[in-house]
Amino acid sequence: MTDKNGFFDLSKTGLTRRTALKGLAAGAGLAVAPGFVRYSQAQSSAPIKIGFQCHRTGIGAAYGRWYDRTTAAAVKAINQAGGINGRPVEVIIEDDGTDPGRGAEVVGKFATQHKTDIVYGTLFSHVVIGSAPAAGEAKMPYFVVSEGHHVASTKLNRYVFQPGITDVKSQIQAMAPWIAANAGKKVTQIFPDFAFGYDHRDYLPPALKAQGGEVIAQIAIPPTESSFTKYFPQIPAETEVIYHVMVGPAVLTFVKELGEFYGSSRPQLFGFIDSLEATDINSPGLEFLDGSHFWEGSPRYAQSDDSAAQKAYRAAVGIDDNGAAVGDPKDVSTAAHMFGCWETLYVVKKAMEDAGYKGPEDRAKLVEATEALTEFAEGPEHPQGPKTFNGKIHQCFGIQNISKVEGGRLNVVHKTKIEDGLYEPEGDYTTQPL
Amino acid sequence: MHFGPHLLLAALEGLVTAAVLALTALGLSLVFGVMRVVNVAHGEFFMLGAVLAWAISTAISGHPALGFLAALVLAPLIVSLIALVSERLVLRRLNYNPEATIVATIGMLYIIQQLALTFYGPEARPVEPPFSYRILLPWFGYSGYKLSIIAASALLLAATWFVLTRTKIGLVMRATRYDSETAQAFGIPVDRVYAGVFALGAMLAAVAAVLIVPISQAHYLMGQDPLLLSFIVVIIGGLGSLRGTLVAAVLIGLSDGIISVFFSPTLAKIIATLLVAMVLVFRPQGLFGTASR
Repeated sequence: MTDKNGFFDLSKTGLTRRTALKGLAAGAGLAVAPGFVRYSQAQSSAPIKIGFQCHRTGIGAAYGRWYDRTTAAAVKAINQAGGINGRPVEVIIEDDGTDPGRGAEVVGKFATQHKTDIVYGTLFSHVVIGSAPAAGEAKMPYFVVSEGHHVASTKLNRYVFQPGITDVKSQIQAMAPWIAANAGKKVTQIFPDFAFGYDHRDYLPPALKAQGGEVIAQIAIPPTESSFTKYFPQIPAETEVIYHVMVGPAVLTFVKELGEFYGSSRPQLFGFIDSLEATDINSPGLEFLDGSHFWEGSPRYAQSDDSAAQKAYRAAVGIDDNGAAVGDPKDVSTAAHMFGCWETLYVVKKAMEDAGYKGPEDRAKLVEATEALTEFAEGPEHPQGPKTFNGKIHQCFGIQNISKVEGGRLNVVHKTKIEDGLYEPEGDYTTQPL
Repeated sequence: MHFGPHLLLAALEGLVTAAVLALTALGLSLVFGVMRVVNVAHGEFFMLGAVLAWAISTAISGHPALGFLAALVLAPLIVSLIALVSERLVLRRLNYNPEATIVATIGMLYIIQQLALTFYGPEARPVEPPFSYRILLPWFGYSGYKLSIIAASALLLAATWFVLTRTKIGLVMRATRYDSETAQAFGIPVDRVYAGVFALGAMLAAVAAVLIVPISQAHYLMGQDPLLLSFIVVIIGGLGSLRGTLVAAVLIGLSDGIISVFFSPTLAKIIATLLVAMVLVFRPQGLFGTASR
């Protein structure tokens, strides 16, 4: 072929020796510049791809926003320290719309289209349950940052892990003694009418009974409900404690209507912070929560005894002492849950390093290496506190916080121990074939 | 709780639902009655009203009542403008063909919803009520603002009734509805009447949303429930019948309130749907509708 237009004639491109030297110098300068990390390993410097199944829209959107920020902060920290096995980490985000059907599609998309190494990040229990079969089918390790008892109950499959946050059954068991001793013994439960709510429904009565308390009424509320007053007459008059755990966009309305219904002559209130995650505790209508108590996985407000690791984590994620985004006091975080993203990514890093993980062909090795983990020490990688991990049920166990609403902030008044939340395993994932 | 106060609470909850429902359904019914257009995007105009109420009330500082009043005036106006534009751009070009407009308004539903998601975001955001007064009854407390919704809705419904039956605008609208060709022959600008009616229908939905948003919250997916309930109300009451819409809204609102308080909200929805089926079987034109000629 003749080159009439001179496209292939290099002599005309004007690449002089000076330009070439400039380019080389710039490249060398970039390599020694601060922030540039050399990924030292033998075979591949291709990034490890983590598929992040994110609730960007739908009822989990507020959580998704903060899970996203926490993930970005953790990945930045991991990459600055040399990545995983000397390889950089790359996060690919897909929105699941907080919808189980789309959740399963997203897992499939990660497996076949993005070809990620693992899938990670889901919170809402119905999405986890909807997506887990797809992960098992694709033999795709699926690290969830949920809370439901679905992983620990061994009802899912060997590829699903929950190593960064304690499950609801454990949380309830750890807190029931405090509720019975400090709030009251006759408890009415209000919970969302889906999987996460059922964990509360099923595990509180036995945990409370062991402490001499009793659940006298259980009120299930559909997750799409937007008005709640109509449910309140079902609360028995002799109720000493209302145990509330609500999720989704209508939670603020729920608390406001509860306030209108009872006013100051209310029973004691014990809530899971899920009822108020991402919501400013000083919003109008929430004054009546003053003096009530909440479960918190990790405290929203900075506490006087915060560890150096906790402080560093908060700074990295970008939340201020009130748990809101630095620079925007109205953008309140989901602090009680999102630490799980940070910690899960460090568990993934540890397991990949233990397994000598090189690529998707090592996924089975990664599963076994994760199952072999037993303890996570408190520190920069686990700022929420120390944890134990049970490889048979793929579940970690940590400490829980009970906080009191005082003067428009949440102050931790009680911390449980890891042992308080331990229970007998209900099965063993390691017996399932890989 | 004893039966008496229990029933009182149920009735109050039902009346609040009925008040908002009547306004929303009236908008839907009016658009169908005059234009023969089944507006599937009606719920999205409702949602836009709530989202704009949030935007307007947060932009205005000072006492929450200021922001709320501004929202109550501005949000419905903006929504009616959006409706007007979409009527000109879409419905008119389809010559108000019944089948085509159903598909077109389904398209509008998705476009409006996705635009709200893009510009407003996926969060549910609260709007402060203009006043928060708690009415203390011997058995329970009730939100004073909720009661004011019922009053405001009644006033607005009365005003709409007055416009439709006692003014020239109403006369023109009724003439267009009765026989658009003859109306055209008598010099009524049918085309402009249609545009106005569509804007008015959207405006009614937006007003209902502004009233409800301080007790629910603005969310980009909130348009689905009012759309479904409005359809139920309009089918039971009779499409295009103002009186039927009102009676059906109160019926559905109260039954929803009472059944969901005493039994379960799911049962309330089941019964409402069953009622629709019964009406369609035994009186297809609705309780107060007139059979088509």
